[in-house]
Formats: sequence, C-alpha cells, structure tokens
Amino acid sequence: MIAIIDYGVGNLFSLRSSLDMIGAESVVTSDPETIRSADKILLPGVGAFEDAKRKLSESGLDKLILELVAGGKKIMGICLGMQMLFERSLEYGEHKGLGLLSGSVIPMQGTIPEVLQIPHIGWNRLNVVSEHPVFKYTKNGDYVYFVHSYYASGCEDSLLATTDYGINITAAVAKDNVAGMQFHPEKSGECGLNILRAFAEW
Amino acid sequence: MITKRIIPCLDVKNGRVVKGVNFEGLSDVSSPVSLAKYYSECGADELVFYDITASSEGRALFTDILTEVARTIFIPLTVGGGINTLDDFDRVLKCGADKVSVNSGAIRNPDLIGEAAKRYGDQCVVISADVKRVNGEFRVFAKGGRVDTGMEAISWIKRCVDNGAGEVVLNSIDTDGVKGGFDIEMLRAVTNVVSVPVIASGGAGAVSHFVDLFRQVPDVSAGLAASVFHFGEIKIPDLKQELSEAGITVRI
Repeated sequence: MIAIIDYGVGNLFSLRSSLDMIGAESVVTSDPETIRSADKILLPGVGAFEDAKRKLSESGLDKLILELVAGGKKIMGICLGMQMLFERSLEYGEHKGLGLLSGSVIPMQGTIPEVLQIPHIGWNRLNVVSEHPVFKYTKNGDYVYFVHSYYASGCEDSLLATTDYGINITAAVAKDNVAGMQFHPEKSGECGLNILRAFAEW
Repeated sequence: MITKRIIPCLDVKNGRVVKGVNFEGLSDVSSPVSLAKYYSECGADELVFYDITASSEGRALFTDILTEVARTIFIPLTVGGGINTLDDFDRVLKCGADKVSVNSGAIRNPDLIGEAAKRYGDQCVVISADVKRVNGEFRVFAKGGRVDTGMEAISWIKRCVDNGAGEVVLNSIDTDGVKGGFDIEMLRAVTNVVSVPVIASGGAGAVSHFVDLFRQVPDVSAGLAASVFHFGEIKIPDLKQELSEAGITVRI
C-alpha cells in the first residue's frame, strides 16, 4: 500500500488514478496510522514552498515523515514534494525543508539564460546520471513533463537525472530510501507510469 | 531542451465531442474518452477540453467525462468553457484538470485571474483570448468571439499575465477557420510582451503551418488546433516527424 500524503496542497486525483492504472494499491490520506502502516510514502505538492511546508508542519506530518523515513520507510517526493525533501528553499525568503537530502532549492531566475521562459513548463528529456531502482524502467532521453520555477542545487550526492533548460536542471534525485522527481510522473505518459511502477516495486 | 508542444482541442457539448471523423482504430470519434485516448497514443503533448454546453445538465455531464478522461489519460489536461468563479476552478480541478483556461470570465471579473493564481498557483491559470483586428488595433472579443469588448488586446493579455496567468492561449479570430496558417504577426506582438508560454491557436490547415509558426515565432511554446486533427487532415505522428526533420525539437 502506498500512502499519498494529503496535506491540503494540490490535486491528487491524477496521482491516485495513475497508481490505479498500474495496479498499485494506494490511499490518499492524512491519517498518521494509515501512513504508518503503508509500505511507501508519496509526497506530492504544487504551489508555494512556504505555504506547503507550513501546512505539512501544522498537521504534524513533517515529524511523522522524518520518523518513518529514519526507520527505513521509502518515500518519493513529486514536484514541490521533492523540493521539500531538501534542507532549504530560497523561494520568497529562506525556508527550512525536511532536510532528508542535502542541497537547496533555488530560483531559475538569474541562473538560466534570460531568453528562456519561467516557469519551465513542458516536456523535456531526462539525462540519467546514475542508477536507482525507481529508474528501473527509465531510459536515458525519456521525455517527462515539468512545471516549475525553482530547482534543487548542491545535491550532487543524490543526483539521478538532470534536464537541459539552458543549464543542467535537477530532474530526479535519490539516496538510500529517499527519492524525488521534479517533474510530474503522473502527467508524463508511459515514461511517467514506468517510474511510478518502479516506485511501487522498489 | 524543452519541446514545442502539439495540442488538440476538443469542444464538448452535451457529453460529446463536436465535429470530427472516424479514424482507423477509433470506434467513436465523438466520445471524448476514446478520442482523448487516441490522441494521447498518437503523441499529443497535452489536451484541451472546452465545455461549450449551456445547460447545467450538460455541465454535470462534462465533469463526469472529464473525470473519466483523467482516469485513463496521463498527460496534462487543460479545461475551459464557462469558467467564471473560483467554484468553477474547483469543480474542474477536482475532476483531474491540471490547468484551467479563462476567457469571458476574466473579462467580466478582472480579479478572477489573480484570485485563482493565489489559490491554485500561476501554473494552473491560463488566459485564453479571442483577438481580432479592428481599425488597425488588436481587440479582445468576448462570448466565443462574438462581442467586441473595445479593449486593446496586447495590454489586456499583459495585464492578465501580470495578475498571475501562467500561460496564454492566443486565438486569432482573423485566421481561425481559414486554414491559411497561424497569425504570425499577432503572435509576435504577444510573445514580445509576455514572458510566460504562449500557445498559438487559429489558422492551422497544413503541417507546413506549424513549421512556419515555430520558425517565425520561436518564442511560441505550442500549437493548438481542433478540426484539422479531428478530421485527420493532419496526423500528429506525421506532424511531429516533419517538425523534427525541420530542426524543431518535439517529443517523439
């Protein structure tokens, strides 16, 4: 059973549906006991970092996640959920993340060539730089769907894949039992379903 | 590098897709679910569903269909038509839409975009503008392109983006339905003033029109069309192949 953490941020319908599609059992929940009894955790998220992190903290789910991950439970963050795995974010000020991975989330503004539009919206290719079970079915060059204006930096020790948007942008990370995808696997067609399938089997 | 997107637009009325022919392997062209699945398998990068129903029964049917599409298709879905309030945003987002396109609703209520962007994020809010040349200036039209609002279009679109719209669909009434190519001049005028993705709509009649679009307006992010796809006049795999051969980055 995969627990999709519901902390009032974003739309979980497609994520749930995509797990149904690949035959993985999942539950959308904010209930600590349900999360505790799940095999794995999916941490979704869209919107602003500060707001999302506050909601996660107010519900006490941040502490629960830290406890369960320390105990070995596998977690994968998606989009903003991935960004929250890091130590900090510089989105509108400086905000503390969960600190499960080393690195910071920084704005594209000022780091990518000025001619490129922000947010980075659309399909882009994965340049896979290391191997991991969540990429079991993923090929170098697979196209996935991105929507974001900030990205993780200083995360060389967990880097799984980058994507080219003027510079190398962190696309996927994983270390030990913690993984994160900057793009939306639930919106990335067959390539995305492959990643969710690999996550379910991880 | 990020790819140029190809987006079929499906007009839905009383639960059925308006206009279209049957393709091989597609039993019911007017079923939104089977057409969406067909396009997704053909390599469409995104789908736009436009609800052109007037009745509340039709509206309920539309959300049922949207839910069904979002259960089976895993590419981005944009939904438009009849979006006037935050409740309308809520209604379609709960059914699995990723982005919501506002048109007349933003003209009637200029605060709608800002409020929606604050609640759901900029990436979720699309301003869709029907624009036509009147006395040498670009004007915004409302109510499906029937009513001249008198507003100058470029500054209107820029204002919507400043208020939080994360994407622009620019539909040129002048080129729409003519199948003579996209409105290059109008698209340039818009891409010059906004920094968010702009989706070109209106005028596609041949594969070469998409090649011209992306060559002549490199800042355009996507090309949208309806009938040329529904009638099979342009097949998405062929279109993407030709774009790729012309040196334009597409997802194949």
